[in-house]
Amino acid sequence: MPENKWGMVIDLDKCTGCQSCVVACQSENNIPINTEDIFNQRRAIEWIRIERYWEGEFPNVRARYVPVLCQHCDEAPCEPVCPVLATYHNDQGLNVQVYNRCIGTRFCANNCPYTVRFFNFWEPEWPESFKNQLNPDVTVRSRGIMEKCTFCIQRIRRFSKNSESTERDLNPACTNACATDALVFGNLNDPESKISKVKSKGKKRSYKMLEELGTEPNVIYLKKVEKGTKQEHNVH
Amino acid sequence: MQEHHHRTDKQINTDLLSSIFSTPKWWPIATLACLIVYLTGMTAFAYMLNKGVGVTGLNRPVFWGFYMVNFVFWIGISHAGIMISAILRLTQAEWRRPITRAAEVLTVFSLIAALQAAPLVHVGRPWRADLWVFPYDFSRGIWINVKSPFIWDPSAVMTYLTASSLFVFVCLIPDLAIIRDRTKGIVSKIYGFLALGWRGTPVQWKLQIVAGILLSALVLPVFVSVHSIVSWDFAAQIGPEAWHSTIFAPYFIIGAIHSGVSAVATVMVVMVWLFKWDKYITPDHLDAIGRLLIIVATAWFFFFFLEWVYALYTLEGPELAMRELQVFKMPWSAMFIIFVITAYLFPVPMWLFKKVRRNFLWMFITTISVNIGMWLERFLIIVPGLMRKQPLMFNWGSYTPSIVEILMVAMTFAWVLMGMLLFARVFPLIPLFDIKEGMVGRDEIKIGRAKVPASIRE
Repeated sequence: MPENKWGMVIDLDKCTGCQSCVVACQSENNIPINTEDIFNQRRAIEWIRIERYWEGEFPNVRARYVPVLCQHCDEAPCEPVCPVLATYHNDQGLNVQVYNRCIGTRFCANNCPYTVRFFNFWEPEWPESFKNQLNPDVTVRSRGIMEKCTFCIQRIRRFSKNSESTERDLNPACTNACATDALVFGNLNDPESKISKVKSKGKKRSYKMLEELGTEPNVIYLKKVEKGTKQEHNVH
Repeated sequence: MQEHHHRTDKQINTDLLSSIFSTPKWWPIATLACLIVYLTGMTAFAYMLNKGVGVTGLNRPVFWGFYMVNFVFWIGISHAGIMISAILRLTQAEWRRPITRAAEVLTVFSLIAALQAAPLVHVGRPWRADLWVFPYDFSRGIWINVKSPFIWDPSAVMTYLTASSLFVFVCLIPDLAIIRDRTKGIVSKIYGFLALGWRGTPVQWKLQIVAGILLSALVLPVFVSVHSIVSWDFAAQIGPEAWHSTIFAPYFIIGAIHSGVSAVATVMVVMVWLFKWDKYITPDHLDAIGRLLIIVATAWFFFFFLEWVYALYTLEGPELAMRELQVFKMPWSAMFIIFVITAYLFPVPMWLFKKVRRNFLWMFITTISVNIGMWLERFLIIVPGLMRKQPLMFNWGSYTPSIVEILMVAMTFAWVLMGMLLFARVFPLIPLFDIKEGMVGRDEIKIGRAKVPASIRE
């Protein structure tokens, strides 16, 4: 068994849909600014996004929030279809995108059931004042290639090189930014890690997104607890 | 039974080489018009290379659009060649003779048109796509991913293109020699070079016939494989729920034959109109291809029906959502109605009438109609499939093609037309030797006192 198998637990009961993970990801990973124009073209790039669903009929309408990011599937559908092997699985359980190899067939994006792969339709641009703010540890992707959530692989690397680093240094930007601790990141192979504990504690509520497709995602969702159900008393 | 126009070899030569030795008035105008459309499309392509795929209407989740539709469409048309020249040749259908070459040439040009709409053209970084088709990075141990349908796909298409180009060439050799003998100077030298020293000796004829039969037999597996593999670009994916279907390969193949044979019928009519070859392509030929089309179209319609049954039987959310979009939401519903009518409900009942099958204008209208429908069919599979990919409704999308995509689609049509027009000026579009062979086959020979046909066919 490999030493590390990175994964994430997303507790939907804690998520408020505040979008701070989206903003944090945007600045950590040098994601080009999603202007109104780009949104209207339906080409916005958000490595993590909050999907909002409405439930019920007026006036009893409830908003449901689901943060969706690359699920780092063990059986990732995006990997076999790439003709140039630009995306592959590394031994740490991560689904990795090699920007240099990518030629932009967009086959992987079509085959991703979660639609979490993004294509750079345009050359990324930042205002002059933003240029010094770019993260030097992350490649700026040119136009014509695919990109997606990396679980902040640059942070994982830095963590493994520095013996004094803490859990906060390991966590991806979205996890650190989450105000309610809805996102938990860590090593699924380490029974002592926080993620393993959260995972076993929420076992009854846990599910994986579109599990029936057999993609074996490494992101685990914990179901929202409904008001007035038995579960309500057991969770907190 | 077919009418028999008995013509001498000399007459056949003069009639069928007329397109080469004289330039009709419309020819330069038509070719120039095609060239202008083609160059406009090429300019659009250059613009896309310069600015990036952003200039198309593609978005998330509709990452493939017009280009992919057009690619599948032209691969479909290219199935005409194999159907007509290989299958009808092997089954010895006599009526194929005057149309084999036009069908094969149509195959070659539509395959090249497909390459101009191929994924290779609309990738994000085409200048690096050589890595994919011509992997050179051996030294770093980077090989192509043979698991990807995008590797199978160029292999299949290139095999088909090689085989059908060879086929066209092998069948051209005797005719090239005739042109060589009728021209002078440098032109004669060029035709002579291409004719590979053809003298019409029995050994040469034997070799040419064996090569033709071998090629048509060897090309048969390609007949099944090309469009199956193209369909696996879609069917091998689990992402878009509506594409993940085992029926795709046979469904695509039969659809390809439907559109391909219709395109050949269109070409036949146009050849008669433009070059006045009405003594070689007669209503009998149209009648035969019309009857073939009824069978092919109905087989296709059966698969179309089956695909719907399989889709609805699963009762899967995204599949139903995609079907709902196709049939009930404008503008998709309008396209769907046009598609069903033009691809089947209009032409097939028409072909049931002998008068329609034997009428050039009606055959032109009905076969063009089929191809309008078949283009829409591919569009309605590819785009709505991506728009309603999975149950995550938040990501459901839409797609409107941009002017660049439309110009590049027009470009491929102009390319095929221009290619056929240019070919007709340089090489005979109706195989002379094949027609003569047919005449010999129909001759009567004397056995004792009785006169019997030289061969019994048809």
